[in-house]
Amino acid sequence: MNVASLIQISVGAILINNIVLARMLGLCPFLGVSKKLSSAFGMGMAVIFVMGIASVLTWCVDAFVLVPYDLSYLQTIIFILVIASLVQMVEMVLQKFSPVLYESLGIYLPLITTNCAVLAVALINTRVNPYTGRGFTFLEAFVNGIMSGIGFTVALVLMAGIREKLDLAHVWKPLEGLPIAFISAGLIALAFLGFIGLGFSPASGG
Amino acid sequence: MISEELKRGIVSENPIFALALGLCPAVAISTSVINAFGMGAAVIFVLTGSNIIISFVRKWVPDKVRIPCFITIIATFVTIADLLMKAYAPLLNRQLGIFVPLIVVNCIILARAESYASQNNVRKSALDGIAIGCGFALSLVVIAAVREVLGSNRLFGLTVVPGFRPMLVFAIAPGGFFTIAALLALVNYRRLKKDKNNL
Repeated sequence: MNVASLIQISVGAILINNIVLARMLGLCPFLGVSKKLSSAFGMGMAVIFVMGIASVLTWCVDAFVLVPYDLSYLQTIIFILVIASLVQMVEMVLQKFSPVLYESLGIYLPLITTNCAVLAVALINTRVNPYTGRGFTFLEAFVNGIMSGIGFTVALVLMAGIREKLDLAHVWKPLEGLPIAFISAGLIALAFLGFIGLGFSPASGG
Repeated sequence: MISEELKRGIVSENPIFALALGLCPAVAISTSVINAFGMGAAVIFVLTGSNIIISFVRKWVPDKVRIPCFITIIATFVTIADLLMKAYAPLLNRQLGIFVPLIVVNCIILARAESYASQNNVRKSALDGIAIGCGFALSLVVIAAVREVLGSNRLFGLTVVPGFRPMLVFAIAPGGFFTIAALLALVNYRRLKKDKNNL
């Protein structure tokens, strides 16, 4: 197993190609759940959890079912169904076995089905890994899922911290609410551009 | 009737500027007007198609499993759109990349299925799909036009002002956020002014 590629994937997913700030995915929850720090953190944890499991599952489905039987054109349908049922199942399992965890993550889980970041990571995992030039291996796909989730959490928590302060600030009337949130997001994204200098070749959205 | 629906979809219920739904593609693929047109067309197709089918089957779908059913129908249309685009516009498909399959999780489409198509007849739902789809496509084109002119000094791939050095920031992620923020503020400003005049 190539440890270097795993490290590259991790740094890439969290900092260089941050799923929200560089790839511009998952913006709805990014703007919708970033009003309070605590809920942002809860949502982030739920996304890491689901993204990790979803990456593994969709990678297996793709490698053992879709590709061998030449069904790759069904990828979109199959992946979204896998993710939707996974989220439903995680919800039920958590409710039964870990009520504490369910209480903190439960309300965010239904929102994750329509979080485009989860499906996007699953799809990215089936394409060529920009750091190795080959397809993602099982372990790489899992690491990419977890790390993209962490990247999402980092962006969400940063945003929530800023928005909690923004609530107290005097903002020009037409900019109140969503526009100022977008400007803050843009400034964070601008700051994250600095990480491109880390030295790994940046990957494109596809 | 049709013009009224269109006006509703483009102005009062504009997906991006009024409802703030479907923001990911609005930021991500709005770097050129051509991409925006392609994405807009794909969304109009998927939204209209899924609205028609969902409103057609709405009486037979049990309430408990309606969301998975809707998602499957939407995913089918997205797959059709993806394959059509791959066959007839491969370059555009490559440019839009991962964002074509991601139309499935575009919140506008599920939102219209849930709040409109599952409660109205086929004809009305089809019209709603076209109207909201046009609103989305139009907003996308406006955002893309601003970004293409400022970010690469081009419109439809042609140079706008010769010798002008464009601002790179508008061609990349932060520029997308800034452009949408500015346009949203403009919409808010006009709305606030209108409210003031009405008082």
